[in-house]
Amino acid sequence: MSNAVERLCGREPEQGLRPLRPFAPEALDFLSALSATLLKDREAKAYPDVITFAYFCRKAHLARLEEEYAGRLDGRLGRGVVFHIAPSNVPINFAYSLTAALLSGNGSIVKASSRDFLQTRIVCRAMEKLLTEDFAPLAPYVCVVTYPREAQEVTEAFSARCDARVIWGGDETVRRVREAALPPRAVEVAFADRYSLLCIRPEAVTALSEEALERLAKDFYNDTYLTDQNACTSPRLIYWVGEGDSLEASERFFRAMGAYARQRYELPAVTAVDKLTAACRAAMKLEGAEIVPDPDNWVTRVRVKALCPELYELRSPGGFFLEYAAPTLDALGDFVTPRVQTLSYLGLSPEELSRFVLENGLTGVDRIVPVGHTMDFALTWDGYDLIQTLSRKISAL
Amino acid sequence: MIDLQALPELPPYGMAREEKRAFLARELGELTRFHGESCPEYGRLLAALGAQPGQTDDLASLPFLPVRLFKEFSLKSVPDEVLARTMTSSGTTGQQVSRIYLDRETSALQSKVLSRIMGDFLGKQRLPMVILDSPAVVKNRAMFSARGAGILGFSMFGRDKIYALDENMQLDTEGLKAFLEKHEGEDIFLFGFTFMIWLYFVKELRRTGYRPDLSRGVLVHGGGWKKLADQHISTGAFKQALQETCGLTRVHNYYGMVEQTGSIYVECECGHLHAPVWSDVTIRRPEDFSVADTGEKGLVQVASVLPRSYPGHILLTEDEGRVLGEDDCPCGRKGKYFEILGRIQRAEVRGCSDTYEQRR
Repeated sequence: MSNAVERLCGREPEQGLRPLRPFAPEALDFLSALSATLLKDREAKAYPDVITFAYFCRKAHLARLEEEYAGRLDGRLGRGVVFHIAPSNVPINFAYSLTAALLSGNGSIVKASSRDFLQTRIVCRAMEKLLTEDFAPLAPYVCVVTYPREAQEVTEAFSARCDARVIWGGDETVRRVREAALPPRAVEVAFADRYSLLCIRPEAVTALSEEALERLAKDFYNDTYLTDQNACTSPRLIYWVGEGDSLEASERFFRAMGAYARQRYELPAVTAVDKLTAACRAAMKLEGAEIVPDPDNWVTRVRVKALCPELYELRSPGGFFLEYAAPTLDALGDFVTPRVQTLSYLGLSPEELSRFVLENGLTGVDRIVPVGHTMDFALTWDGYDLIQTLSRKISAL
Repeated sequence: MIDLQALPELPPYGMAREEKRAFLARELGELTRFHGESCPEYGRLLAALGAQPGQTDDLASLPFLPVRLFKEFSLKSVPDEVLARTMTSSGTTGQQVSRIYLDRETSALQSKVLSRIMGDFLGKQRLPMVILDSPAVVKNRAMFSARGAGILGFSMFGRDKIYALDENMQLDTEGLKAFLEKHEGEDIFLFGFTFMIWLYFVKELRRTGYRPDLSRGVLVHGGGWKKLADQHISTGAFKQALQETCGLTRVHNYYGMVEQTGSIYVECECGHLHAPVWSDVTIRRPEDFSVADTGEKGLVQVASVLPRSYPGHILLTEDEGRVLGEDDCPCGRKGKYFEILGRIQRAEVRGCSDTYEQRR
């Protein structure tokens, strides 16, 4: 390995690493042991994202995931070695990416964020302990490294020897990593910049008790402010759908949201100015837009009269929302492009939403999840079934 | 609105609080209405805010425009045929620059008002002038921006001008010596940009040991403290270095921006920046944009009654500052006085999107 590379756990897989079957017993044992280690780790307790990951890896949860693939994994083997480029700003993402590759039967070389996150250290320390003790044979399957993103020669070397590449981090990262060639047979999964929205029925808000409203605020906070509203999954557009009074519902929802965020979210002066600038920009570009007066700057929102392509660029992190109201979902038909990723919902059923996407042949919307769950990792992400994509099917006739 | 002939003739620092509030509310309210009717983007913004433009009693309730929008939009309130010139902010390569569109009327107002403000500090006579910069800044059209415009603008208040630096930013010692000999016993006006003065004048004097006698000089400098603050040079250290190297004691910093040329804020003998009658400073709290109390730190909003050809009369800057008082500065000037504390800092954002550097 090059000097620029710091190894965090495992060891670099040798050439010809033997792929495993999807949900191989040794992989499941390792992950559930990792789960137990993390749940006992005192330091990990301070990081809800590490704990959530530990729960994801519990034996019972993995069994449930395997069950969902029942009958679809026959004749499948991992592809070999997966090279992952994890995003620079979400600490725990590297661990999920690695888990998906391991569950598909692959060894991994993971480039974790070059920023020094304690969460990364905690998870890698736990993995290294297992890999040097009971799980030594898995060490070449679980190799986590970090290096500066400028070290393109390292990206080239890992790319040249992998069987699949997974790129997180947005358009610019994808473009840069793609300059490093892959072997002809290798596959790639690239997670580009995405856009997400929330569809919500006014009645679902007006009917809520005060306690339920507070829970909703918490859920929505986790979808947005928790990642500075800068994750691909964070809703930027609120689509009020139905005949109910969307103005009243919106006031109630955002009052609760603002009060909740005010107690938890640090709002730097620059974010307040950025959001005001974004609101003015929207107002200056869009005929009939309305900047909603809110009691403080935690929530900044603009009501728009129509869904148009300009909306995708009218964004700002830290609590900036566009609102649109219509009796039906129909306006989504022309608005949605391949950029749209997560459609979260409240007061609508996932069935009616997915039916709408399928029947109208939308080019975007890869995930339909209830409000509060936009960040939940799943083995199907951004329209890719990771288990199927990262394994190969042997046909025997 | 006040007659445009009469506007520049107002005493620069002579209007007390109540009268000035009423004057600004009337003028700025009218300008808001005018720009709303004349500049389509600004009109849409007023509509989006539900603003009822026109004269008002409540100055703080008038809408303020984030200054960055001048980098993204071409905002004009007059037809293209009457535009006289376009000003741009200084910016390094690749940065977006502000574009400010001036007609003859606004341009003339800016010159007259700047002249009235400078008269208060320099006297009525035009003084022999030393520009602490290089003539290349004005000659080279590629570099010509706020810096070049500043030099040309302030040159109106001097006579017999020389540039203290040559084309290569080297101190022209011989030229300066000859100039000082010729004007021995006279007051001298010096002008330059803070960081350039530090880098190419003060440091050079320190290095060479040359000690020109500028004890009869009046220095006006601007352009911001950011680069000096980065080098941990305080205003006090800057002034002391000037006194030690060339005997300069009358030193006036100014705060201003290309988006509101003319009605600048000049530092008085007590070290306070002063709002002249044509402009005003309001400090807003970042958490809700409410008006901060005297002495409380917040975002700086600047207002000017001069912009007629573009909707830049009330702007929210990206600077932090605080108002120190109003009408009661020991220097005797009326109006608010304040200090600038620096640029607001960009925070690192979380999230999985590429960390994007839009903005400046």
